[in-house]
Amino acid sequence: MSLVFAGVCSHAPGITGRAHMADPDVRDRFYEAFRQMGDDLRAAKPDAVVIIAAEHFANFFMNNMPSFAIGMADSYEGPIEDPGWLGIERRQVPGNRDISQRFITEVMKGSDIAYAEEWKFDHGIMVPLHFLTPDYDIPVIPVNINCQGPPLAPLERAWAFGESMRRACEAMPERIAIIGTGGISHWPATPDSGKINEAWDLDFMDRWCRNDKDALLDADAYNDLQVYSDAGQGGFEIRTYLTVSAAAGGAQGVVHFCEPIPIFAVSCTVATYDLASA
Amino acid sequence: MTLYAVQKFLYELNRTPAMQSAYTADRHAVLEPFDLNDEEVAALVEPDIGKLFHLGVNGQILMHFAAFHQIEWQDYLQRMRDGIATYGPVREGVYAMTTGLDDVIAPVHSSSKGASS
Repeated sequence: MSLVFAGVCSHAPGITGRAHMADPDVRDRFYEAFRQMGDDLRAAKPDAVVIIAAEHFANFFMNNMPSFAIGMADSYEGPIEDPGWLGIERRQVPGNRDISQRFITEVMKGSDIAYAEEWKFDHGIMVPLHFLTPDYDIPVIPVNINCQGPPLAPLERAWAFGESMRRACEAMPERIAIIGTGGISHWPATPDSGKINEAWDLDFMDRWCRNDKDALLDADAYNDLQVYSDAGQGGFEIRTYLTVSAAAGGAQGVVHFCEPIPIFAVSCTVATYDLASA
Repeated sequence: MTLYAVQKFLYELNRTPAMQSAYTADRHAVLEPFDLNDEEVAALVEPDIGKLFHLGVNGQILMHFAAFHQIEWQDYLQRMRDGIATYGPVREGVYAMTTGLDDVIAPVHSSSKGASS
């Protein structure tokens, strides 16, 4: 198989944009874990990094909202946000149209998706890249799961999408890494920003590490109404995390960091799957 | 004349630097093609962040608009709270407010208070 790395991480814009407002002790331990994930990612020598982010109206709107979309270009631009506000300079990020097209073609055998030859990155991708590939030297394949504008794809479809990506990796000669970004519980960009359900987050990450499909797709815990109540509208982004679980094909995971940093609006999280355990 | 149209305008503005330049020069001219009512136009032109949040604008869209206007983070949060206090609960959408008006949710770390964004 050619899936060489799988993990998840937070992507909240405050991580870079409001760095000076956080408790430096917690912040720096989080940054260290984030950068370590980058070291491990690059050590896996991927030819391309698939980044599954729940984007935030940078490319897709309710006039034509895909549940699942994959980018197919040689270059992308980001961030769309004010660079000073996000703390990340605007730049070109390399893609690889050929790898994307073959990846998309394989994914389509199992999942109905949209593809996009234009894609502007927002914090959902730019914040992870800032820590994971700070030299921006590995081609990115951007993936979006609609987690913003309901109706949202059922979790079962997100799981199937992850399985389709795993099969696509296996069918390709390239070494592919998959990173999911977002969540977990949060009420971003509202007056409730900073509210975090830590117990809910830890319970979800326990299910994620065990890669327990039934627990991750638990309709009582994770139907949209319950998620909205327990974990805020930001909780819908669990789709990106459990898609990586499906892609990892039963591998067991390790949480390297998961602690609330309220001024960053989330339980800041870094976790990876041990693909050798699959 | 709907939340959809307000959000569509903000979506286009947020991702289009040329439109941002035009909007900086003449806000009403850029808003003209969008089907907005007087309340919505006034809220956008002000900009009245609290009113826009009250109308139900998705926070991920509103946040970028606030950043475009160089509104500092804590000020952005306060403007939304003031909007709820002034105009009432969020009218529609998924971005309702669930905490009390005076709750302190995400305090700035004591060593950095007074720093700007």
